Amino acid sequence: MDDAQKRELTNRLIKRQLNLSLRIAAIFVVILVGLPLLNLFLPDLAATNIGGFSATWLVLGVLFYPLTWVLSSWFVKGSEKLEADIVAEESK
Amino acid sequence: MKTTELIPLLWVVLVTVATIMLGVWATKKSSSASDFFVAGRSVSVFWNASAISGEYLSAASFMGIAGLVMKNGYDALWYPVGYAAGYLFLLLFIAGPLRRFGAYTIPDFAEGRFHSPAFRKVAVSFVLFIGFFYTLPQMKGAGVTMAGIMGWPYWVGILVVGTVITFNVAIGGMKGITLVQAAQYWIKVFAISIPLFVVMSVVGFYNKPLETARADAKGIPSIPGDVIKMKGQAAAPNNALSLSAARVSLVKFETDTKLAAVSVNPKPKPGDVFDASQAISAVGSTLTIDSKSKDIAIPKDTLVQVTPFDVTNAEGKTSKASLKLEFADKAEIRVTAPENQPAAAPNAPANGKWLNPFGPLTSKNGYPLLYTYSLIIALVCGTAGLPHILVRFYTNPDGKSAKRTTLWVMVMLGAFYVFTPIWGSLGRLAMPILYASNSTDSAVIKLPMMVDGGGVLGAMLSGITSAGAFAAFMSTFSGLLVSMSGAFAHDIYGKILKPSSAPEERLKMFKFAAIGIGAVSMMLGLLVESFDIAMMVGWAFAIGAASYFPLLLLGAWWRGLTAKGAATGMLLGGLLSLAAIITTMLVDKKVLTLELSPLVRSLMEQPAIWAVPLSLLLMVFVSKATAREVPEDADTIMLRLHAPEELGHSKDYIS
Repeated sequence: MDDAQKRELTNRLIKRQLNLSLRIAAIFVVILVGLPLLNLFLPDLAATNIGGFSATWLVLGVLFYPLTWVLSSWFVKGSEKLEADIVAEESK
Repeated sequence: MKTTELIPLLWVVLVTVATIMLGVWATKKSSSASDFFVAGRSVSVFWNASAISGEYLSAASFMGIAGLVMKNGYDALWYPVGYAAGYLFLLLFIAGPLRRFGAYTIPDFAEGRFHSPAFRKVAVSFVLFIGFFYTLPQMKGAGVTMAGIMGWPYWVGILVVGTVITFNVAIGGMKGITLVQAAQYWIKVFAISIPLFVVMSVVGFYNKPLETARADAKGIPSIPGDVIKMKGQAAAPNNALSLSAARVSLVKFETDTKLAAVSVNPKPKPGDVFDASQAISAVGSTLTIDSKSKDIAIPKDTLVQVTPFDVTNAEGKTSKASLKLEFADKAEIRVTAPENQPAAAPNAPANGKWLNPFGPLTSKNGYPLLYTYSLIIALVCGTAGLPHILVRFYTNPDGKSAKRTTLWVMVMLGAFYVFTPIWGSLGRLAMPILYASNSTDSAVIKLPMMVDGGGVLGAMLSGITSAGAFAAFMSTFSGLLVSMSGAFAHDIYGKILKPSSAPEERLKMFKFAAIGIGAVSMMLGLLVESFDIAMMVGWAFAIGAASYFPLLLLGAWWRGLTAKGAATGMLLGGLLSLAAIITTMLVDKKVLTLELSPLVRSLMEQPAIWAVPLSLLLMVFVSKATAREVPEDADTIMLRLHAPEELGHSKDYIS
């Protein structure tokens, strides 16, 4: 395999992998950027009482962790499927 | 000494001895140099994830977050979230390619990616910078824990703990450490959760402190009139007693002492109008003291009354202020209130400020949103730039298992971190006296003791959390020592000083380096007693975020990165953040006197918001300018980083 072929294959690989990574990163970044903005501009909503917790405390102190689990298991599944597809296509 | 006081010590000794035994046993099974450095790349996903989590959960996680949540409330929740969520970035962009590249250490990656031995030197220096910064809070954790359970002076704890761990690492290497750290994850999860359930059954559930705070936004927790031990000037800024602006306080001095300064708190801004002439007076004594006194000796048994007063700002708004006493010497005091009223806890933020976003942590310099974002960037990007964690990804057999391992790490870390703020919240409810003595970092150790008022159960539970704290700084300090000594033996000695050295010589060098670096860490640890544990770790993250994170992100995904580009970005981004942080520390310690504008101060204390983009941009611009120096085999390298192993483009970069 020469350099041009390698580059062409690399570009295809990177494009597909980066596409998946960036989509999930985008969701995560929206949450990270959004929560402080919500706290700043809608403080009453952020302070809503949910079983003694303020809504924003419940989100940041508790719910944030399962949320990252969901995002990362999405990614791991997606990435394994994507790589299996790539291997199947390349071995044809 | 009462027998109950020995129980925590027994737990700590138990966990230390068990750790060392496990390490010795595992070492017998490891033989080759490859085993020693990366555990032979044969560790299963579950155990590797346990080991990464075990290594990662440091004193900052175990004690520091609880302390910081107790002290600052909501804003401090970003710390555990950032520590855990950072792994998502690592997973999305770095874990897979890094493993597929197949190098031992980050400096190996740096050199292998660009074929540049010069760049290796830059990369190695950051293993040491970040490593030392990260060991400081571990050392403080050791000192504080031993002071809390044994009453030892701060330095004794550091010396004893540091020596034990250093020798363990010098003997064991990394194979021992993998197994030990996996076991330590499970010890830590157990230690942070089980005692907490017992404490909650006595003090109240997680929502109780939050509901209490919500019910009275201006309220401040009350403290009993117990003796409070104040630290002297050496512990600045943790030598201050900021009295409540809501109530009158009486401060009784039980020992002779000296105050370095009395000042108005919060610090007046230009245009503020107030009359502090009646704010402080010595009751029934000839001592003259006012709101601007400096270096004033206070004799034993003096009773000082501090009365809040009104401050009207330039816009005509009125608020309450009180005074801050800074202790020059150590002292024992009691804080009470007139007419047997409950005394307000000094140094404690009011309920509303504690419960709601943009409280004392992020708004202290006046730019809360900026501070919050900068902290988030440091933590999230910094996790992906910690050398002692990244080295663990090489112990996965392939890229796929590296990703699965990261997913497991996130689950394990989340399951741990969710408990840490509960400790801090309950501390506010049940032990507000920790605010007064500036020792909120010891909440996890002290809080269990109150379940039965100093009885056996409390001592047992405190023993468990102390053992957990021990496991925390042992595992992280061990990991850091391995990675720093490894950098020294493998990179500085093996690649730069004596490339002809045999593996046995490097192994010997590793052991010497471990002892030397351990000794330096202990010395540095003695200097940082006054800094919050979680803050210091945040700084290590900020440096990692501005140096390794951009290198790995662009190195893995952008073909056009050149060695010069990467080195420029890393050096400037990393060193400027390092300089900003050290300056902040020196100003806080009053070694340096600098009048910084609040904006500059915010940007220096949390540099990630400018340093990470700066580092990334420099890498891109300098690489574009030196585009001719893109490695000739960049295509082969990029393919190796990204092709699934089945395609046969990966190879282990063993050197």
